[in-house]
Parts: sequence; structure tokens; C-alpha cells
Amino acid sequence: MHRLPIMEFFPKAMDKKPKVTLFIQCLVDAVWPQVAEAMVRVLQKLGLSLECPTDQTCCGQPAYNSGYRREACIAAKRFIEIFEGSEIIVSPSGSCVHMVRHHYPELFCDNPAWRQRAQRIAARIYEFTEFLVDVLGVEDVGAHFNGRITYHDSCQLLRGIGVKDQPRRLLRHVAGAEFVEMKNSDYCCGFGGSFAVKYPDISAAMVNDKVDHIIHSGARAVIGCDTGCLLNIAGAVSRRSLSIQTLHIAQLLAKDYL
Amino acid sequence: MPDISPETYVKVAKKGIANPVLQKALAGLQDRFGRGTAEAYRRLPEGPELRFKAHDIREKAIAHLDALLEILAAKIRANGGVVYFAQTAKEAVNYCITVARQNNVHRVVKGKSMVTEEIGLNPALQAAGIEPVETDLGEYIIQLAGEKPSHIIAPAVHKNRHDIADLFVKKTGIRRTTDPSELTQAARKALREKFLSADMGTSGVNIACAETGHITTVSNEGNIRMATTLPRIHIAFMGMERIVARLDEYEILLRLLCRGAAAQTMATYVSYISGPRRPGESDGPDEFHLVILDNGRSRILADPQFKEILYCIRCAACLNVCPVYGKIGGHAYGFAYSGPVGAVVTPLLTGINRAKDLCLGETLCGACMDACPVAIDLPRLLLALREKLAYGDENWQVKPASRMEGLAYKAWSYLIGHRYIYERFLKMAGVGQKLFPRSGTMIRRLPPPLAGWTQSRNFQPLAKETFIEGWRNKKAISNTP
Repeated sequence: MHRLPIMEFFPKAMDKKPKVTLFIQCLVDAVWPQVAEAMVRVLQKLGLSLECPTDQTCCGQPAYNSGYRREACIAAKRFIEIFEGSEIIVSPSGSCVHMVRHHYPELFCDNPAWRQRAQRIAARIYEFTEFLVDVLGVEDVGAHFNGRITYHDSCQLLRGIGVKDQPRRLLRHVAGAEFVEMKNSDYCCGFGGSFAVKYPDISAAMVNDKVDHIIHSGARAVIGCDTGCLLNIAGAVSRRSLSIQTLHIAQLLAKDYL
Repeated sequence: MPDISPETYVKVAKKGIANPVLQKALAGLQDRFGRGTAEAYRRLPEGPELRFKAHDIREKAIAHLDALLEILAAKIRANGGVVYFAQTAKEAVNYCITVARQNNVHRVVKGKSMVTEEIGLNPALQAAGIEPVETDLGEYIIQLAGEKPSHIIAPAVHKNRHDIADLFVKKTGIRRTTDPSELTQAARKALREKFLSADMGTSGVNIACAETGHITTVSNEGNIRMATTLPRIHIAFMGMERIVARLDEYEILLRLLCRGAAAQTMATYVSYISGPRRPGESDGPDEFHLVILDNGRSRILADPQFKEILYCIRCAACLNVCPVYGKIGGHAYGFAYSGPVGAVVTPLLTGINRAKDLCLGETLCGACMDACPVAIDLPRLLLALREKLAYGDENWQVKPASRMEGLAYKAWSYLIGHRYIYERFLKMAGVGQKLFPRSGTMIRRLPPPLAGWTQSRNFQPLAKETFIEGWRNKKAISNTP
């Protein structure tokens, strides 16, 4: 096991390796648990010890994005209570990290005590690829994949928390994989939570454009960092009977794919 | 009064998606301007960060709006201009008609202006027996076709040259050609006659500056300069928010406006107007009127949550990157303003309940905020509108959009508060999902309220066991590396 740069960065605190608390997006937990399992394998391979609060559920993003702030507040308070004692929180979802990092402090703008607690959590939460590249300084986790891959930028990941290069660096280090950019990789896939259900025509037009761009890239697999988008893209790929694989980056890095 | 129909968002969006001409045009527009604008911001000597400075400038201007407008009005009056503060669309339109009648005006040449769309100036002039002529090429096409603009600065983006050729043959009697420069020449010839015979010209206002007491119009065709200098009378219409305090601030906004609107360093024609022609000058109108329009803006100004939308300078940069606008086009928004800015402004000006689909029909992807030359947080504004729709709001006379949904989120907030019950619920859903038809492992059809998902996508079914269950049972994963 190579020495992680984070240990040089925080020599005292890192005498023992950092303890990572897993925050599992509700979609991953219920629909695509393989993503979390893959993330766990990658983090364990890097020698990190992990814990996972088993009473966690949802960060409140669905309610927040639909305008139900009070219900989102209930979720946020519960999340803060559960994760408050964690050193470092890592999640396989950019949009959930954006919710906790940016929207939690804003949700409690007129409640100083809760706001402070929210800010403390906000400073300790990382999206998976951001944690690997920015915190651990790891870009090569020894993954391999045969064939061409492309990457979809999830909106909240890219514009919410500014993660653009980190996943690309990791993808460029995947042995055997040829990484290509698709056209408009930073365009929304049309998921948007309940938007996909409430405005199916618009959402379908958007995801079909996305799938067309994936096809034109010639990639065998499209990689993303947010399961909401990936379920949307995978659903359209499946409906169109295409053989393109839709993978969360953790699955690619853990070689958890067919 | 103008036609306002935000209620038909879903229906018109669907039509737009099915229209191949529109789809091609919108993709081309976004490829060209969306990417171009981002590049133009990067090439700014100050870098894209200048947008945040512009945001501060606009914030300050809106905070001192009353004082700035008084200063502007006093300077314009001192220069011999007339300033009229219109509370409503009707007042603005009536003022224009009164001035026109007093001066025996029969024909009005118009520079492109979304505010005149907002107040419905053209139909009102026509009803008063006065002929309005749009002189921006795109607007001219739209007027000939009897349609509405579908983009703030490219109003005829939904028409290709074949549509325009057919239209010109039918309406102007020219020989059919699909050559863009020949079509432009035909329009130019027709418009020259209108310019020379018009008694009044109207324009919008891109930005006004209080310090110097001038308004600015920006165009690439030169038509606004002709419309504002050739006729005897010029009336400029300005949304009351379109002002900055000082010339150095104005200069920053002008540079950002040109980049946001058309990825240009500077527009081809920029006019500074502070009054009518002075004695001894050879060009310019005898009379200059500035109509400063409220029409619901004071109400927005009074709401700290929403006043940020008044920072907007209507450049359309957000339309050029919005993935939703890029599929549905501008007509779906049902009002003068389309795209992300329309989705925020239209509900606030015309009623949040009736424009609820504008508030809810976006993905909050945030591309608009990055493209905005004054860095308006449009996703935050959409969320604030959604909050009004979720709970209702007395100040804005909003009723909750869906009691059912409100109850569903209440139930959801209980469920996610209790992991044990939450898991039992997922287990039940896991059993229930076996009833739905599949293709392979994927679910092909879901019942309402989830039917929208499977209209054109398959659905990944719930896993047999959640990750957390697996973790708890220590079956799948060991906690020790």
C-alpha cells in the first residue's frame, strides 16, 4: 500500500488512517447497491477503514428540489444528527454532497445553532471522486477496462460542487480504456428528480439527445458519478435496446461490471 | 392586452419537440452562442469573474432604484426629453397612443424590444388605427407571419430560410428565393420605405445610466438607430430595473451584455440617447419620450427572495445554454420572456399558479447561472417559486399546487425519519414491483404517478436487499479492510 498524500498533509491526525463514514445516496441504497459495494471495495483497497451508519435514509434533496423546504429540513436535521460525529463523510453522489454542503447551511439561514452544525458537516463531506483525487491524491486505483469509454457530467456535481477533472483523471488512468469526450457532456440528461416523471416528453427528448451523443462517441460504456442520471440514461439505453453499458465510476474502478 | 398563455407549456413544448425544423435551429443556436458566450467570458481581460462584479453592480442599482430613476428622469428632462412613469402595461400603451394621436402619427417603426412585447404594444397600436412595423429582421419576419418571438434576441430562430422564402412570397410578392442575402435585401428594401414614411419610432432600452442621464440601445442591424433618429418622435420603453448608477459600471454591463447576447466583444451599433435633437444638430427626432415601466416590478422589488431577478439585462444567454429551452423552444413559455429567465419572470408578472409549469418544468441543472452575465442564481429563484407552490403564499396569492403531493411529502418525511419502517416500505414496494411488465430485468411500464418515467424509458427495479441491510447483516461486506 502506497503512502497516501493526506497523511503527509495531516501528519498528526493521520498517524492512523482516516476513518471514512459512508453516506449512501437513497437511490444507490435501494436501487443500485452494487455502486456502494464497489465504492467500498475501492476505499478498502486504499487501506481506509470504513463505517456506515445504518439508520441513514435520505438527505432530503427530493423534497428540497420540489419546494418542500419544511420536509427537507426534517431530513437535514436527522442527517446532521446521524453524521455529526464523523471525521470524513464520503458519498457516491455529487447531488447529495451539493445538498449537504451548500443547501443545508442555507436551509437553516434563520437558525444559527443548526446553521453552525450544518456548516460543520458541510466542511467534512466529499463526493467519491473528489475524495480520491483532491483529498487522497490518488488517480490510479489499478482498474482496467477493455474498450472506449465516455463520461457524463452530472449537473450538481459539475456546477454545484465544481467536480469536473477529478473523474476524468481517474478514467484516464484506467488501463486498457480509451477515454473520449462525448458532445455536450455537460448538458443535463433530463433526470431532474420528479421532473422526469412530471414532464416526461421534455425529459425524454433530453435523455434521447444524451444517448445519441453517447452513441456518436463510439463508447462501449458511459460513466457517471450520480446514480439519478445513470438510472435515467440506463433506462433510455435499455428502452432503445442498445448494448452500451451505463456504469457508476465506482463500478469501473472496482472492476465491478460484466 | 398581450396574449399570455403559460398554461399551455406542456402542450406547446410537446409540439416543439416534434418539430424537426425547430430542433435543428435550437441545436445550432446553442452550439454557436452557448459555447461562444462561455469562451467570450473567458477572453475578458478580467476573466469570467467580472460577472460577479456585475452582479454587485446590479444589486446596488436595484437597492437604489428610486434615486437612480429620479436622477435619470431629471437629466433627460433637462435635455428636453419627456419622461413618463407607467404603473401598468395599459398606462404605457395608452401614453404611446396619446402621443401618436396628438402628433397625427399613422405609422410607427419599431426597434426590437421585449418590453413592448410584454405590454402588447403592437396589437394596441393596430386597434388604434396606427400601423406598427417591426424593423429588426427577425421581428419583421415574425410580424409578417403573425407569430410571437420565440427567443429574446433571435425572435425568428424557429423559422428556416425555406419558411421565410414562402412567407416573403406570400406577404411581399417577391420572386421566390432561399438565398439569405437576397431575402435580407428584400426586407431591407421594404423596410427603407417604412423608415422614410414613419412618423414615430419606438425602441427598448438595453441599459440606462443615471450619472450621464442616457439610455443605450444595442443592435447589429442598424435598424434601431434609424428607428430612433429618422422619425419626428422617438419613444423609448424601459423596464424600470434597467439602470446602473455610474458610467464605469455601465461600461462593464455593456461589455457583458454583448458577450451574453451574441458572444460578441461589442455589438455593431451602440447608441447613446439622452434627449431629442438639439438646435443646430442635423440628426435626431423633434421629440424624445422615455416610458419607464413598472407593470409588477415593484412587487418583485419588495420581495427580498425575488428581487434578484430584477438584475437581469435580458441578454438571452440563459436561453442559449438551457437544455430545456434547447428542446422546447420559446413559444412554450407563453409570454414575451422565455427560457430560464422567462420561467422566473413570467410567474412573478402574470401569476405563479397559472404559470406553475414554468416553475416546475426545469431540471435545476444550473447551466443558466453559469451563462448569466450578471450571475443571477436562477435555480434558487425557481426553488423559491416552487416553495410558494408547495405551501401557498398569501402575499403572492398562491394556492398550494397539489394537496396530494403535499401529503405525499409529509408521509415521506415520516418514512425517512424511521429507517425500520422505511425498509419495510421498500420491501413492500419490492414485492409490488413484480406485478409490472418487464423487458429482461428492467421494468417496462409503471402505473401513475410514475407512468411518466416509463413512457420512454425502462425502470431499474428495486434491489432485493438495500446496501444498508447488507452492511448490517455483514453478509456482503466486511467492515475490516
